[in-house]
Amino acid sequence: MKPDSPTFDVRQVAQLARLALTDDEAVRFQQQLGQVLAHVEQLKSVDVSDVEPTAYAQPVFNVFREDAIRESLPREDVTANAPKSANGLIVVTKVVE
Amino acid sequence: MNLLALSVTELQSKLRAGEISPVEIIDALDAQIAAIDPAVGAYLSRDTAVARELAAKADVSLPLGGIPIGIKDAISVRGETCGSASKILSGYRAPYDATAVARLRAAGAIPFGRLNMDEFAMGSSTENSAFQPTRNPYAVDRIPGGSSGGSAAAVAAGEAFAALGSDTGGSIRQPAALCGCVGLKPSYGRVSRYGLIAFASSLDQIGPLTRTVRDAGLILNAITGRDPHDSTSLDLPTTDFTALLGRDIAGLRIGVPKEYFISGIDPRVDASVRRAIDHLASLGAEPVEISLPHTEYAVAVYYIIATAEASSNLARFDGVRYGHRASNPKGLLDHYARSREEGFGSEVKRRILLGTYVLSSGYYDAYYLRAQKVRTLIRRDFTRAFESVDAIICPTSPTPAFRLGERSEDPLQMYLADIFTIAANLAGICGISLPCGYAEENGAHLPIGLQLLGRENDEARLLQIADAYEQSTPFERRPPTVAA
Repeated sequence: MKPDSPTFDVRQVAQLARLALTDDEAVRFQQQLGQVLAHVEQLKSVDVSDVEPTAYAQPVFNVFREDAIRESLPREDVTANAPKSANGLIVVTKVVE
Repeated sequence: MNLLALSVTELQSKLRAGEISPVEIIDALDAQIAAIDPAVGAYLSRDTAVARELAAKADVSLPLGGIPIGIKDAISVRGETCGSASKILSGYRAPYDATAVARLRAAGAIPFGRLNMDEFAMGSSTENSAFQPTRNPYAVDRIPGGSSGGSAAAVAAGEAFAALGSDTGGSIRQPAALCGCVGLKPSYGRVSRYGLIAFASSLDQIGPLTRTVRDAGLILNAITGRDPHDSTSLDLPTTDFTALLGRDIAGLRIGVPKEYFISGIDPRVDASVRRAIDHLASLGAEPVEISLPHTEYAVAVYYIIATAEASSNLARFDGVRYGHRASNPKGLLDHYARSREEGFGSEVKRRILLGTYVLSSGYYDAYYLRAQKVRTLIRRDFTRAFESVDAIICPTSPTPAFRLGERSEDPLQMYLADIFTIAANLAGICGISLPCGYAEENGAHLPIGLQLLGRENDEARLLQIADAYEQSTPFERRPPTVAA
């Protein structure tokens, strides 16, 4: 579960991140991120037993609001930024075969 | 009088006295940008016609009436391009105002110009912009810092009176330091993040870059406050952040963290900051040595948490609703993977990969969860320190501005440029950088920044101390070499 040394495979991670890489990028990033991961290994020497994790620095939890209908952006403002749109809808790449 | 060198406060009194009109100010800025920006590269674009229209109707009696403010390209201004200096968002126009921008407008200010930055605010030099580098107005072969490098360079070079930036690990304070201006990172939650293109949501804050401490307070006055569009924005009583300016700082205790004065700091930076500490002592403040024992882990914690959050935030750039879409995709996976490959630059890809890895099954506990726990320890260090001191003093950046290209293929070296600024974001506290001297190099005067860190939501105190230093500053201010 806990790797002693980074077992970072840039190609596999790129697939998880939905990111194509050139061969040159794969070689460079593998080496550069290996160095960064070696640097962060130092955290393993810190005693964190009985320490709660911090997700947000300000202690604010469970912010509620009324579930009320509010004005939203006009449809033409939303589709204006789409790479492809037609009839007030965003045209997407085919999802099902 | 050089109009373009005025502070917001000085400009305001000229506007109110009728000595100058808001339209004349826009025209003067526009001419300055046209003359100087080819050498600096601070602006990605500007719409002078729109700014002139707004200026013609400006109400100078409002708190920032008629004052033009440059906007970092990560912050939405309705109808204007907004792309975090990334190719993946080229052509995108913001359909709404960021809350900070809407509040600037309500205070009478005029958003003017899109300022360059590292792509998605990932970087410390502004070299990661997909469009152009920005150059330091004090030495054009050097970087302005980053990621808000365009904002800092514009304010320094007389191309803006003030600007908005965003700070995730030092992106306001570090460029302010390297360009010789003031940069304020408010406490987490002070300013709504609505309309800021997200990098790392638990760390990002919008804040001002200005020429004076007072100006930073005036702008924070305008942009702060609870916003229903950002559930992490804080609901605090209204404060005038300039209220304590001019009050005696005698008796205030200033913590000097021993972990921030380490070997590896440029000796000129070390000497300038120590001189500033002595100066504050001469004003009656009491320097106290303190310890922030988990400081050495801050960079590692930051590069896990920030990249993890970024990998999640940047998943939205999928070429569907906005942004770049690859042509002729062979199915949906190819559509995603190639749109992102073509749209993102190297540093953004590196961080998405690192963030994806530290969140992935089998590594989450070892990296992400552990980093969040060490973040708790870093936050506790500050909580303890602020039990006995009113503010903490240290350098903003370990070195003055480095040369373009010097670190761009060495990510780890680049990440270490943020070593003194990162902890404030992890802890959620406020911080400010202000000029405290210069490092002379080959005839250039490279600005050095002094960083003051304050308790969360204690910006008024932070600004009081910073202003006391600024008002009696013991060094001679120099204009940038690039400004005419």
